[in-house]
Amino acid sequence: MDNIVEVDNLSVSFDVRGGLLLRKIGSVQAVNNVSFSIRRGEVLGVVGESGCGKSTLARLILRLIEPSSGKIRFNGNDILKLSKNELRKQRRHMQMVFQDPFSVMDPLYTVFRSLNEAFKINGIIHTPEERLSTINGLLEMVNLSPLHGHSYPHQLSGGQKQRADIARALALSPEFLVLDEPTAALDVSVQAQVIKLLDELKEKMNLTFLFISHDLSLVSYFCDRIIVMYLGNIMEILPADAVSKKPCHPYTKALTDNIFSTIPNKENSIPVLEGEVPTPFNLPPGCVFASRCNKVKSLCHEEAPLLRDVPEGGQVACHYPLFDISS
Amino acid sequence: MLDPVHESPWIVIFRRFSSNKMGIVGTVLILLLVLTAIFAPWLEPYSFKEQNINLMNSAPSAEHLLGTDEFGRDLLSRIIRGARISFVVGVLSVAISVLIGVIVGAIAGFYGGIVDIVLTTIADLTWSMPAILIALLLVAVIGSGLESVVIAIGLSYWAEYARLIRGQILSLKSATFIEATRSLGASDAVILFKHLIPNSIFPIIVAATIGIGNAIVLEATLGFLGMGAQPPTPSWGAMMSSGTAYLFISPWVIIFPGIAMMLTVLGFNLFGDALIDILDVKNGDSKK
Amino acid sequence: MTFLKVTDLSVEFTNNKKSVTPINGVSFEMKAGEVLGVVGETGSGKSLTAQSIMGLTPLVGGQVSGSIQFGDKDLLTISSSEMQSIRGAEISYIPQNPMTSLDPVFRVGDQIVEGIRTHQKMSKKDAKQLTLDIMEELHIPSPRQVYMQYPHQLSGGLKQRIVIAIGLVTNPKLLIADEPTTALDVTVQAQIMRLFKEHTVAKNISLLLITHDLGVVAQVCDKVAVMYAGNLVEYGDINSIFGKPNHPYTQALIACIPTMGMIKGDLSAINGSVPNAGSYPEGCRFHTRCPYIKSQCKTEVPSMKSLSGEILTACHLY
Repeated sequence: MDNIVEVDNLSVSFDVRGGLLLRKIGSVQAVNNVSFSIRRGEVLGVVGESGCGKSTLARLILRLIEPSSGKIRFNGNDILKLSKNELRKQRRHMQMVFQDPFSVMDPLYTVFRSLNEAFKINGIIHTPEERLSTINGLLEMVNLSPLHGHSYPHQLSGGQKQRADIARALALSPEFLVLDEPTAALDVSVQAQVIKLLDELKEKMNLTFLFISHDLSLVSYFCDRIIVMYLGNIMEILPADAVSKKPCHPYTKALTDNIFSTIPNKENSIPVLEGEVPTPFNLPPGCVFASRCNKVKSLCHEEAPLLRDVPEGGQVACHYPLFDISS
Repeated sequence: MLDPVHESPWIVIFRRFSSNKMGIVGTVLILLLVLTAIFAPWLEPYSFKEQNINLMNSAPSAEHLLGTDEFGRDLLSRIIRGARISFVVGVLSVAISVLIGVIVGAIAGFYGGIVDIVLTTIADLTWSMPAILIALLLVAVIGSGLESVVIAIGLSYWAEYARLIRGQILSLKSATFIEATRSLGASDAVILFKHLIPNSIFPIIVAATIGIGNAIVLEATLGFLGMGAQPPTPSWGAMMSSGTAYLFISPWVIIFPGIAMMLTVLGFNLFGDALIDILDVKNGDSKK
Repeated sequence: MTFLKVTDLSVEFTNNKKSVTPINGVSFEMKAGEVLGVVGETGSGKSLTAQSIMGLTPLVGGQVSGSIQFGDKDLLTISSSEMQSIRGAEISYIPQNPMTSLDPVFRVGDQIVEGIRTHQKMSKKDAKQLTLDIMEELHIPSPRQVYMQYPHQLSGGLKQRIVIAIGLVTNPKLLIADEPTTALDVTVQAQIMRLFKEHTVAKNISLLLITHDLGVVAQVCDKVAVMYAGNLVEYGDINSIFGKPNHPYTQALIACIPTMGMIKGDLSAINGSVPNAGSYPEGCRFHTRCPYIKSQCKTEVPSMKSLSGEILTACHLY
């Protein structure tokens, strides 16, 4: 298996300070002992609700945040051991598409200048003609015109800004893109445009995607495999088509149940997962999902379950999965 | 595809500015000061130094439109020449304040931690001392005279700019576009100088415009106390100071320089206020 | 007697000689006990429609025309004091963002009590009891403790329940909810929508639900009104609109939504984007993006026609 990214036991926690002297009063385990691999050419989705750590994970993989422990390998190289300079060179191969199209570009720069900066920073010197044609080429790839290139961010629509951000991420010809909720702020019709564009670009440029989203329908449509996270832990890794047919973890099932399809359903009651995500501060031992799980038993409060292989493909971290996985 | 509204932001700013009456008045007054300062030697009817004991303390007349001072020097000429002093002192001292303030504030805001604590404490201490006190202390140390005054005023007012830019940088540090630039491999210097500071500079510009007014007043105060430009250099403050002795004989020696100063400071304040209004409108539009 | 009948509702803003109509000619009806979903993307005017019904249109330079018949009153012609007595009592409004619609300096329980006592004569003690009762009904855990909390101490889901409590506590005839679950987690959204079903549908309170999410509409609504760029383009029974939509925009919108089991590549998109309020095209406002465009569409605004009895559609195709 050709894995472009390998993550081993990755964790990051943030100190919480309080009191007059701002002493450490506890910590928040934003990402807890996460391990998985990303296969070259696949679209791996990460889905979860607020506080699940998916955005933090996205930044850890690109080393925009330093982890507390664990390993991250990109094309076999341990990126945590790289120096600042080496990391900068490595970053050309892995880029991020950001969530908030409204503040993703410097408001004082035209789109052209923002894109050009990618080349300037990395010492890729162009003659003015080369620069013009390269950047116009990038813009064309994301269905923007040179006129858009000469505009300022506030003159563009949300969808156009998002596409400009994709162009920026592609400027250095990376192999791997992390997309952090790239369509969350967009109308559904614009989202569809952006998703189609991403699909085309992936094929054209042989990219691998890590696709972060809270929208399970979108993720199961666009991704090959899906990681389901809850409070910083991986609950399940499964093939995208298994999400609706055969989820193994109770939380995955709850998420699936809560997708509102466009099939009118006023008469039937909505299946509901009670409670809310607890604050990830000084969590009790055991499975992080125990407080809301309807299949919870005493073991769940004592021991955190480890990821185990599922014969149909995938992994699950649950003491009492929804179907038998021993084989 | 939606075509972007293709108006350069500068045109938008210019249009908004020209419909802002306060701003126009302010600009006119500032232009008046600047032009007077530049063309002083050609504008003044008499030399500002020329003394004429026979005409001392004479009231405004046809030959001396604003009267004369205690040495018989033409007041109009001295006020015109004084514009130069005010302008140069105002601009140079603010330039010094802004330079120091931006560097200190940007470093404090960007790096945070102990650096921030130390620099902020220094800035707070400076800010809490009255500018006039700082200026007096500095002039006592480095001596009086125009250069000293410029430096002293520059060192009195920097804290405000440091605070302003520190606050801006603190809030912008975590903006998405900063993260995006970092992920392209940008160094701290690029992020600080090419993105954070340019995006934070607008409040500094507004404060500096109003700050020029403050600097001019402080110079006049120092001049009034005899610390500023030395005679015969016609600083408006010094003119008002030496005129106090003749308050009841020739009040115009105080009144006219005072009016000149008032108009100058008013001009800068109006201009700065107009800038604030314009930026608000522009930001409002850009929330799309 | 009509419960709610909106006829030709338009809002016009004039600024610097330019006039803009963010909603234009919107007409629809609601029966008592019905749940109507008003669905649309950014700039569709759905929120503004809801605000107009509440008499909360931002009126700086704005002109509201048409009629909003609620029972025997036209809400656009009654006095503002009459509107104020209706607002909060007969028609309740749950605004978009629960984070900002609660006053941060008052305890949440007290805010519900205030909602009660503004419209009814009741002792503080009775109002407090009523508050605790409704908090229980809305499945708020430990009502007595939550009563004493301030908004910033509560989660998004709890805050939304408090806002709904304020809306329901006066037993309104009509509840207008503006994007009530947009900012919430998916599992919390399900809880809140279940609440809406239990408390409005079961108690026969009419619900006007404003949302961009067709899935949410499908779970609770009887009828749906589809808006685009300030126009109502299609309106009718939910099964007909979802099952066999007539208007090209409705069709395209439904096809844009990724659903479970959809094969990759099947997702379709609509070219272009919603025009700005200042630059709506002439004729049918959707014509610049419509795959079925005819010359008539560029000049003539289509009117609502009844097709197959269940749906009203505004399109020149029909």
